[in-house]
Amino acid sequence: MASSKAASKPKKKHIQWKKTIAIYTLLAPALLYFLFNNYIPMFGIVIAFKRINYRLGIFKSPWCGLENFKFLFSSGNAWMITRNTVLYNLLFIVVGTLFPIVVAIALNEIRNKFASKTYQTLILLPYLMSMVVVSYLVYAFLGGETGYINNSILPAFGVEKKIQFYQESKYWPFILLFVNQWKSIGFNMILYYSNIIGISPEYYEAARIDGANKWQQITNITIPSLKPTIITLLILSVGRMFYSDFGLFYQVPKNSGLIYNVTQTIDTFVYNTLMNQNNIGMSSAAGFYQSLVGFVLVLTANAVVKKISPDDAMF
Amino acid sequence: MNGIRSSEEKMYEFISHIIMIILSLCAFLPFWLLIAASFTEEHTAVREGYKFIPSQFSAAAYSYIFQQWAQIGRAYGVTLLVTLLGTVGSVLVIMMASYALTQKDVPGIGVVSFLIIFTMLFNGGIVPTYLVYNNFLHVKNTIFGLLLPGLFCSAFNVVLVRSYISSNIPSALIEAAEIDGAGQFRIFSKVIMPLSKPIIATIGLLNGVAYWNDWTNGLYYINDAKLYSIQQLLNEINNNIQYLSSNASSISGIDTSNIPSNTVRMAIAVVAILPILCLYPFFQKYFSKGITLGAVKG
Repeated sequence: MASSKAASKPKKKHIQWKKTIAIYTLLAPALLYFLFNNYIPMFGIVIAFKRINYRLGIFKSPWCGLENFKFLFSSGNAWMITRNTVLYNLLFIVVGTLFPIVVAIALNEIRNKFASKTYQTLILLPYLMSMVVVSYLVYAFLGGETGYINNSILPAFGVEKKIQFYQESKYWPFILLFVNQWKSIGFNMILYYSNIIGISPEYYEAARIDGANKWQQITNITIPSLKPTIITLLILSVGRMFYSDFGLFYQVPKNSGLIYNVTQTIDTFVYNTLMNQNNIGMSSAAGFYQSLVGFVLVLTANAVVKKISPDDAMF
Repeated sequence: MNGIRSSEEKMYEFISHIIMIILSLCAFLPFWLLIAASFTEEHTAVREGYKFIPSQFSAAAYSYIFQQWAQIGRAYGVTLLVTLLGTVGSVLVIMMASYALTQKDVPGIGVVSFLIIFTMLFNGGIVPTYLVYNNFLHVKNTIFGLLLPGLFCSAFNVVLVRSYISSNIPSALIEAAEIDGAGQFRIFSKVIMPLSKPIIATIGLLNGVAYWNDWTNGLYYINDAKLYSIQQLLNEINNNIQYLSSNASSISGIDTSNIPSNTVRMAIAVVAILPILCLYPFFQKYFSKGITLGAVKG
């Protein structure tokens, strides 16, 4: 009814109702999804402050103040899962930044196109595997009875005693670091590699004319060009400091209780207390703690990115 | 550039080859061990452990899988169906939403964009999400429990596709179609979709792999063995070594003491990754593209 006026004068921005309705129809399925998958659960964080009684339902269950948090923090679990989550993240960030850069630089040195493609294909392969499958691969090596290490590698060094990897904590920081890098190196390497091949060859030619050797070219051209990407990725992963890869920490150690002290992170703790112990109070308290600190960290990280390179900020 | 390469450059290339060969072997050898383990004779596997070259070959594990195909094949079917429906559905919903968000002259679009991006920053966590899906939407033990939670539509994908559309499809083209009297649905299906093929391939592939590999939704929302996906089956076997024998006896009453469980579990894992192993080399370039695209706007 209003469209006849629209063409006459561009005086005021006119709402085209037909288009608006069509656009919101296109948006509807996604919005509905975000409503149920993200927004309604956001209000569910109040569960952390309630004593849930399934008979009464979530809304009618009585409030209990900070009781759930008191349990969580006084049990010592909060400290353990925070320590594990943060330390593993720090470890993964440091190694997961340096290592892929070295590999990306190495890949860039390879002139043979076919070899380069083959290496990329192979190294990216683990990235495509589910953590369940990864846990099978790890088990093939570490299994107590049939594992390759216990049966072939240790005897070769004259060690006859079998190591029960899934029962001893001391090995797991190394195993988890190794598996994490094994799975993600291809992905991270391609990120940096695509950056390196984007560097203008003129820089290198100029450097060569000036007599710079290969090492000088790498340290003075390649690495400085990667700096923005490195900083952005670093800050983003600092923002994710309170989150961990649930699959890595749940599947790869096979959720073995004997090694929880070095494998339990906030994510696996939330799962185990919810699904195995049915302790919804403590589980939601841990979840709330994670969401809240995570949110503050993401905001801080984003503010820092915005300062350093505004283009890479998320919002 | 193509002149004489210095010996220094050759040395760097040589070292690089060594690094990449070591890494390639590290990436590939575990798969080799998995496949070799699945072809090992059961008693040999128990006695000598898994080996890269089994001292006694046997395909017994695979013939067991064929016997039990009712169960394993079903899980395979569930995975295929969920992957197919999930990929097609999610790509369509993501494309529609992303196109809509590029139409900035529609009132409220800025707010909607923010609301979608905000889901990347804050979430209610696992417990409320679980309760919404379980107690409110009742997806437990339905195919929706595998399709919807977490995987279906991510803000990250929407942001990715939105920036692809606004930087690759000229807005003049859309305006011209509007002037010609084409409605939004027509523009979406006749202009946007055909011109977005590369990003559809990338997003579709990444989501397809995510659906194929997913086991967490099964862990939370499925406990009916009829709806187990192949990944969840693997997970069940992992949690419960007796799973194979307990289920086999209930299904067919065969002698369960002879199940080659050490090799069968490896064989099932091989069957689960086979499609990815076979298809992946052909799609590798799309994956690399997807990774770099994501990096542009992360």
